Amino acid sequence: MSGFFKSSIGRKVSMALSAFFLMIFLLQHLAINTLSVFSPELFNEVSHFMGTNPLVQFALQPVLIFAVVFHFVMGFILELKNKKANGAGYAKNNGAANSTWFSRNMIWSGLTILAFIALHFIDFWFPEINTKFIQGDWSGTVQGVEGYRYHEELVHKFVNPARVIAYVVAFVFLGLHLAHGFTSAFQSVGAASLRKKLEKVGVAYSILIPLGFIFIALYHHFNH
Amino acid sequence: MNLTLKIWRQKDASSKGQMVDYKISDISEHMSFLEMMDVLNEELISKGEEPVAFDHDCREGICGMCSMYINGEAHGPDRGVTTCQLHMRMFKDGDTITIEPWRAAAFPVIKDLAVDRSAFDRIQHAGGYISVNTSGNTQDANAIPIAKEAADTAMDAATCIGCGACVATCKNSSAMLFVGAKVSQYALLPQGQVEAADRVKNMVAQMDLEGFGNCTNTGACEVECPKGISLDNIARMNRELMKASI
Repeated sequence: MSGFFKSSIGRKVSMALSAFFLMIFLLQHLAINTLSVFSPELFNEVSHFMGTNPLVQFALQPVLIFAVVFHFVMGFILELKNKKANGAGYAKNNGAANSTWFSRNMIWSGLTILAFIALHFIDFWFPEINTKFIQGDWSGTVQGVEGYRYHEELVHKFVNPARVIAYVVAFVFLGLHLAHGFTSAFQSVGAASLRKKLEKVGVAYSILIPLGFIFIALYHHFNH
Repeated sequence: MNLTLKIWRQKDASSKGQMVDYKISDISEHMSFLEMMDVLNEELISKGEEPVAFDHDCREGICGMCSMYINGEAHGPDRGVTTCQLHMRMFKDGDTITIEPWRAAAFPVIKDLAVDRSAFDRIQHAGGYISVNTSGNTQDANAIPIAKEAADTAMDAATCIGCGACVATCKNSSAMLFVGAKVSQYALLPQGQVEAADRVKNMVAQMDLEGFGNCTNTGACEVECPKGISLDNIARMNRELMKASI
């Protein structure tokens, strides 16, 4: 089996498996974030559960981080291998005649998402790790805020219009990445008939997930 | 038709090549692309110049030898055809046509527009066959019941002519449509199932060894393939390799 994952097809399959995990993660992330629009109290409760539950913190979170790092490291490795396989390249190449822009430029949409993840970690994840693991404060509260602090911190981040613009741009690229990635993942694991059946679901997923995140960012910006 | 041709000229495998412009006139729209190239070469020979080297054989669209990248597309702008079946009516008077060889590290240029596609042969040798004893007692293949759909799908995969347009078109120079078709044509039939696991493992290993890239499912190969080989064959190859590896 180890030989399989060293083969070109094994690498494709491992990219697809990490992509499936990340696509499920995006769905639950959006579901929880959506609560911040409708019920700050419920959003706080769920955030506190996710932030303090040992299963989420010590089992799912490391798997998530591994999946993210694996997906982009393997993405780079495959891109470099593919560039090497290309040879001299063409003087004239009409890629638009036979494939979509987003399918040919997964590396660029992926790099934009990677840059966004760095910003997102600086905004939310690093402060959270600092509070919980370095300062040892697992209370979910902060002085001056009634109840849990999560909703207040979220809304505060979207006051700055520059950050909102950066998030919106990143989500557009996430949509482009998913527009190819969703069906591509099914094809890579050999599920060609499922890929065809889920084509419309893929289009809906790649539009609705980024649109949901964009809505939440804009909502908090204009309602803080 | 009067045309300007921009053609890749390269003396031999070790020389550095370049694009060279040629003017050509009085080309009939009924000519095939290769006939137009023949006219150019006759003019070059009459002027004492070196003719443009390009691969061709049957000129009936079934041998897979002609291999030009025309105006940024494998076998040019028409669909479901090889270069010999591409006709000049697809172009307009006054057009500039860019003609390049297949580009892939695994398909090195031999001369001008001719590339070395023996990597495909080596992949075939690695497992693209069935071992049948032909001593005289071989069972008639038609005596084995095969579902119509499986037979048709295997036949569709077997129509691959190994031209390499999939590799030339792919932004990753991946050979997975070719190998997927070759794996599928046997995997779908009872005769091929005995050696299925070794076949897919060996053919994929040889494909990787030859330096072809990884498929990223853009689907460009399926669009440009002169025989319309389906992406389903790549998915089937992936499944076959997973099955063989577990």
